[in-house]
Amino acid sequence: MSTRPSDLPPRQAPGAQAVFRARGLGKTYQTGAVAVRALHDVDLDIVRGEFVVLLGASGSGKSTLLNILGGLDVPSTGEVWFADHRLTGASEAALTDYRREHVGFVFQFYNLIPSLTVRENVALVTDIAPHPMPIDEAIDLVGLTPRQHHFPAQLSGGEQQRVAIARAIVKRPEVLLCDEPTGALDYQTGKRVLEVIARINAELGTTAVVITHNAAIAAMADRVVYLGDGTIQRVERNAHRVSPSELSW
Amino acid sequence: MKALDRKLLRDLRRMWSQALTIALVVASGLGGFITCLSAVDSLALARDQFYARGHFADAFASVKRAPLALAEVLRGVPGVADVQVTVEQLVRVEIAGLSDPILGQLIGVDLRQPPRMNQLTVRHGRALAPAGAGQGRGDGTIDALVSEGFASVRGLRPGDELTALVNGKRRSLRIVGTALSPEFIFAGLAGMPDMRGFGVFWVDREALAAAYDMQGAFNRVAVKLAPQASEPAVLDGLSRLLAPYGGRDARGREDQASHAMLDNEIKEQRVMGTVLPAIFLAVAAFLLHVVLSRLVSTQREQIAALKALGYANATIAGHYLKLVALIVAAGLVLGVALGDWLGTQLTRLYAEFFFFPVFEHRIAPWLLLVGAGVTGGTALLGTLSAVGATVRLAPAEAMRPPAPGLYRRTVLERLGVQRIPPALRMVLRNMERRPLRTLLTIGGTAASVAIVIMGNFFSDAIDHIVDTTFGLAMRSDVTVWMAEPVDARVHLQLARLPGVGLVEPSRSVAVRIRHGHRSERVGLQGIAPDAQLQRIIDVDGRQSPVPATGLLLTDRLADKLGLRVGDRVQLEVLEGRQRSLAVPVQATVREMMGLNAYVQRGTLNRWLQEGDVASQFAVALEPGAEPRFLEATKGLPRVAGAFSKATLLRNMEDVSARNVRIMSTILTLFAAVIAVGVVYNNARIALAERTWELASLRVLGFTRGEVSGLLLGELAIGIALALPLGMALGWGLVHLVVDLLKNDQFLFPVVIGPRTYAVAGLCVVAAGAASALVVRRRIDRLDMVGALKTRE
Repeated sequence: MSTRPSDLPPRQAPGAQAVFRARGLGKTYQTGAVAVRALHDVDLDIVRGEFVVLLGASGSGKSTLLNILGGLDVPSTGEVWFADHRLTGASEAALTDYRREHVGFVFQFYNLIPSLTVRENVALVTDIAPHPMPIDEAIDLVGLTPRQHHFPAQLSGGEQQRVAIARAIVKRPEVLLCDEPTGALDYQTGKRVLEVIARINAELGTTAVVITHNAAIAAMADRVVYLGDGTIQRVERNAHRVSPSELSW
Repeated sequence: MKALDRKLLRDLRRMWSQALTIALVVASGLGGFITCLSAVDSLALARDQFYARGHFADAFASVKRAPLALAEVLRGVPGVADVQVTVEQLVRVEIAGLSDPILGQLIGVDLRQPPRMNQLTVRHGRALAPAGAGQGRGDGTIDALVSEGFASVRGLRPGDELTALVNGKRRSLRIVGTALSPEFIFAGLAGMPDMRGFGVFWVDREALAAAYDMQGAFNRVAVKLAPQASEPAVLDGLSRLLAPYGGRDARGREDQASHAMLDNEIKEQRVMGTVLPAIFLAVAAFLLHVVLSRLVSTQREQIAALKALGYANATIAGHYLKLVALIVAAGLVLGVALGDWLGTQLTRLYAEFFFFPVFEHRIAPWLLLVGAGVTGGTALLGTLSAVGATVRLAPAEAMRPPAPGLYRRTVLERLGVQRIPPALRMVLRNMERRPLRTLLTIGGTAASVAIVIMGNFFSDAIDHIVDTTFGLAMRSDVTVWMAEPVDARVHLQLARLPGVGLVEPSRSVAVRIRHGHRSERVGLQGIAPDAQLQRIIDVDGRQSPVPATGLLLTDRLADKLGLRVGDRVQLEVLEGRQRSLAVPVQATVREMMGLNAYVQRGTLNRWLQEGDVASQFAVALEPGAEPRFLEATKGLPRVAGAFSKATLLRNMEDVSARNVRIMSTILTLFAAVIAVGVVYNNARIALAERTWELASLRVLGFTRGEVSGLLLGELAIGIALALPLGMALGWGLVHLVVDLLKNDQFLFPVVIGPRTYAVAGLCVVAAGAASALVVRRRIDRLDMVGALKTRE
């Protein structure tokens, strides 16, 4: 599991190894007396270095899928693999190790620790990750070096989201999972954040899975997975990826 | 420093006011525990050390007059290791220029052979010197060492002289020094400390024997028991050998006045010191649990983020445990410091009526370990369960904004109450949505009301005891004690003294009441059938009539002896001509103090076949007549002493009652701190939990007042429900404590004054108002946009 980004095969190489492999994935939540089917019979493969956008309306099951891929949640049915590791049935401790070593998360509401500065929020990860990059490098990648000693409350939403990205990539994760990273941001700021994610994907070769309900963002992906009612409605492959700066919505 | 530890320190700084109140709750629980138990532990230690150092005797006996040669015979009783005999006399003592009566106990000390038991520790001046070396001046002056307590209260110094009525002659007692004895750690009369009215004087035994014509004889025996000797057997042997010489009152330590008082105090304080702080600790632990679990749950999303970043459950749990450990550790340190300081003060109070050569406050290591262990342990356990619940949550679930809670119409609405204002409806629905949390919050507040009531109760109880004892039971102004039983017609003589209104004779005699294999040594009091001046009052303030044909016993005494009304008991008379009588138990009475036995004086005199005799006279005086009356009693023969109710009341108020009141104040303060801690934390956490919701309402156009009303309304309703509940709980707690504190000697009356309820209510309401102010200020500063953007 110590594959370094630099050792990765070129993205979309023919026969590229699947980073994620999901088969018959389903998830049902029990909310009080009602059972809510969030995900149903999903098959999906994602290869190394790929940039995938999960597109769907709210309640389509995209967050559930992302959380299961990231080891934050467990499916009710089906199987999911990360490389040659089976995530379904893995113990709580194994899932923790998996998240610690391989996964970087970015959330819609940033989920920064409010009592820690930018630098310290990033250090939260370098304290426990096995092969992190220097903190300065991660902060520089998201362009926050001048603001590194500020607390989250002193930052704008876009800046907070970039801290979250720095915190996600500093461990050199193999996958970057982003749940509505621009959902809480304005147009310009949202585009800046997407640029950062695209750059990480391109420069570090990190596989990126981004959730959005904004169809315009789909153009920057290698592949777009359309979800609806807890199932995959269709998958589209973009002939060519658009840079985030060219996006408009 | 790890980023997580930095978060810990920053979180602590941010929530300093909550952390402080939690630490104070911990400190109050532990402080109460250490204060009570360390003081009593120090008392027990000082006693044990003094008993060892002064070679305190194991058994004691009195005799009218026995030859010194009998001492050797006593030594032969199986189980006796050593015997020491001496001469003792009770005398009236006068200090020039003062009218109040003083009783002196003269104790002979063998100057040629240092005592092997009950050894003195000379505190000031010099020890008694052997005959010849400065002994006497040929004018009948007797050198004496005086008990330190009496000397200090009366301002006596070596070289001062007093007058004592020794065998009918006025003799000078010259103070050569002050001393302490393990026999008189506690000195007083009628079970109450009395440093002013009672002094012990140690004098040359030869001089004392000469004055009372006791050369070659003794009237007091002290005995050291051999290891594993049976005390009852030895006492039996002593009684048999002493009987021909007018022996009486062979008793072990438990019936020795000073030891019994000390022992009783230690036992009582141990129960108090265990029961009360245990309740405090339990309440504090419960509150910590409630407060901490809510605190941790407000960080639910941060916990989820840490989990998403790959932090293991154990690391996250450890993080919160560390947070709590820091707060609790601060509380523990504060609690120990507080307990040490208050314990020292309490020890000083003890030192005002228990006299030891060395009496220092100390905190035994086990006390620290148990106190800190129990407090810290419960706090950490509480956190662990709170953290456990959050940590077990799947991170994805914790990350998601919590789904809108399942609200429903409130009970009131379902019952058909239509016109509930929308704000109140929101408050009520919110409280009903999480019934357990609402219950815990109200329960926590109620518990703090209850412990404030319990703390204050002791003041109410002691007021009631003082009122009953000195207002209802003891209605005389002065009690005149005779050196030995006298013709009851002496009361006519007393009635002629200045200012006398009414005189009532009574007879008291030391007896052992035996029922089957159980027995108890008590003072049987024979009082007038229609007594006006000494009435028997039960815990509820009702008067009990004195029976004519049988005994009236304190219910605890009857229980102890396994007696019921109608049973017959053996009455062994321990004074004068010793004999045994079979008499019936005619009634019992639920008295607050002592193990007492009563019968009509006429009946007692018939039982004892003594004619119409009395040993005390209760006297009611005209207002302002007391000094003249006391002065006049000095001229009466056979009067051992005259004790005024005012003095007894002052002794009670100055020492026993004052101590209870101090204790009560300390407990109330601790309880109040806990109450503030609970109410404040509840309010702050409720605010933290609902910031988002409240900000949303502000965005919708609600005013600050309306938004505050939602939160503060909940606080107010909670307190309004907690107050009556807490008062009921306090009432129950007081009953429980009274039941646990009940002992042979003492029954606390369950009386809770309206003031006590009011103080408890006010404490909580004031804490609520102060918390409301803080919360209101925070709501005013609520950053609407910020609160909505960051879901923290």
